[in-house]
Amino acid sequence: MASSILAPPDADTARTDRGVTQAKIDQRHRLFNRICFGVLIAFALLWLVPLAWAVDTALKPNAETTRASWLIDDPTFAAFGRVLSDMPILNWFGASLITSTLTAVGTVITASLAAFALSRMRFRYRNVVFWAILAGIMIPGQVLIVPQFREMDALGLLNTYWAVSLPQIPTAVAIFIFKQFFDGLPRDLEEAARIDGAGWFRIYRRVVMPLARPAVAAVAIFTFVTSWNELLWPLLVLTNPDLMTMPVGLATVQGAFGIRYADTMASAVLGAIPLVAVFLLFQRHIVEGIAGTGLKG
Amino acid sequence: MSTETVTPPARPAPPPSTPTPPAPGQGRPAAAFLLPFAILYLAFIAGPAVYGLIMSFFDASLVRPGLGSFAGFGNYAEALQDPDFWSSLWHTLWFTILTTPPLIVLAFVFALLADRVGRGRWFFRLAFFAPFILPSAVIALIWIFMYTPELGLIEAGLNTVGLSSPAWLGDPAWAMPSLAITTIWWTLGFNFILYLAGLQEIPRELYEASAIDGAGPWQQIRRITIPMLGRTTTLVAVLQVIASLKVFDQMYLITNGGPDFATRSVLQYVYDQGFTNFRLGYAAAISMLFFLVVLAVSAVWFSIVRRQEKEV
Repeated sequence: MASSILAPPDADTARTDRGVTQAKIDQRHRLFNRICFGVLIAFALLWLVPLAWAVDTALKPNAETTRASWLIDDPTFAAFGRVLSDMPILNWFGASLITSTLTAVGTVITASLAAFALSRMRFRYRNVVFWAILAGIMIPGQVLIVPQFREMDALGLLNTYWAVSLPQIPTAVAIFIFKQFFDGLPRDLEEAARIDGAGWFRIYRRVVMPLARPAVAAVAIFTFVTSWNELLWPLLVLTNPDLMTMPVGLATVQGAFGIRYADTMASAVLGAIPLVAVFLLFQRHIVEGIAGTGLKG
Repeated sequence: MSTETVTPPARPAPPPSTPTPPAPGQGRPAAAFLLPFAILYLAFIAGPAVYGLIMSFFDASLVRPGLGSFAGFGNYAEALQDPDFWSSLWHTLWFTILTTPPLIVLAFVFALLADRVGRGRWFFRLAFFAPFILPSAVIALIWIFMYTPELGLIEAGLNTVGLSSPAWLGDPAWAMPSLAITTIWWTLGFNFILYLAGLQEIPRELYEASAIDGAGPWQQIRRITIPMLGRTTTLVAVLQVIASLKVFDQMYLITNGGPDFATRSVLQYVYDQGFTNFRLGYAAAISMLFFLVVLAVSAVWFSIVRRQEKEV
């Protein structure tokens, strides 16, 4: 159904006394759709130009990048080799992998536990807790960088991956996604488990979480990507070049390569590859995460 | 069925609240389940928020431990008289004004077209959404190169069609529009996905029925699609305004606030004051003022949503 908005009405309907006008209208819809398709393709291709240009330039020798041409006389992967040997890009990759994984795992565990309590348990101050979490959404993380930096300094965590990940873990949005999902799950299995003597944690662990896999995937992947791309906070707390995450490291590239544009673009492409891979593998979950966050917001 | 009677679908009924029989003593397990989140939340969100507020009343410095001497409203008074603060606030607002309308309208149009076309949705999602998941540092590397005078693709493209190219990032008047173009390209995909999701909630029968009634494509868009996406549009608009107000990465990476500070955002001013000039108390006060602006935007949003809900 989804793809056939403007499928012509079935033969029965068309064979009414208004048959002629109906045919005309169908024709109009079909023409309109063809124009839509053309316009959209044009914009989609335009949108791909910067990425294609980056890849194209990365495959040139540096000397060839001084003229803006798509054609490459002498295509080569040499720029990638130079970037990999000149820049600790694999270290940056490792740092990003560790911090983003830590953030994603921490968020999934803490948010799902809290959401489970809010969805299933009755306790005093439940509304207070709920509103306190909601209030947290209103505070943009960026306005907290000054006190958070002081705090990390006091805790002696500057230049550690903990400093990068810990403040990113408590995200109210993740709680809302989980709570929404838990609220929609049928209770029969839980009832059965309870009659069998299962406690709360067992129900959470063995009954609810296995059913909540789509929510886990959406939260985990979305958190992972957001955390991977974070710039301002890791820029502040990681000053040791050996610990830098990919975005922080790449931020230093521009100056380093100067006018060696093929090398610059090769580093951009290398920085993009992990995310493009995540995107292609988990496209559906990322999209669901966004749509879910948004529409329930 | 006439299209005039179409109303946005009611919100799905809220799930019944906890039908499980209340077992005794749920307070304790609830506390245990909430604890890990609560600790991190208090330690890294609520705690710093309070500490930041306190700090904004002191002359705290990055190079001294502790809060320093009490300043009262001194930091706030200084910020309100600080032309650099006002210009950074203006740059942030100017950026928001330049980015928000195109990011809403283009995302809407692209999603609408993709929804009508039906075919090849994966390709459009790839094209429009792929830039969004890339780190700002990658975006910056690519677009600085695109904007480079003489060698850049944009200047070359404009020259082939006979147009002359402005100095983009080098010209204080063009730097912000350049950043806006980059941002539109980078983040449009997020709104595109929100709109696609909103479009999928519109029952197909409405279109079919209206087509039988003789409605043309434009009428369908005007009478069905746009009214039924009202909610989505409010949401996209507010998320976009807040996201644009929080801009930092593009300006820090692409222009570093320049040329001549023409693109320094509020957050970069916080960064400069706090971590370059070591004035943490002052930076905290600016953060608080900035927070008030974001809060005001959110408040406006809530009142609009509430009005929309009453109308439904």
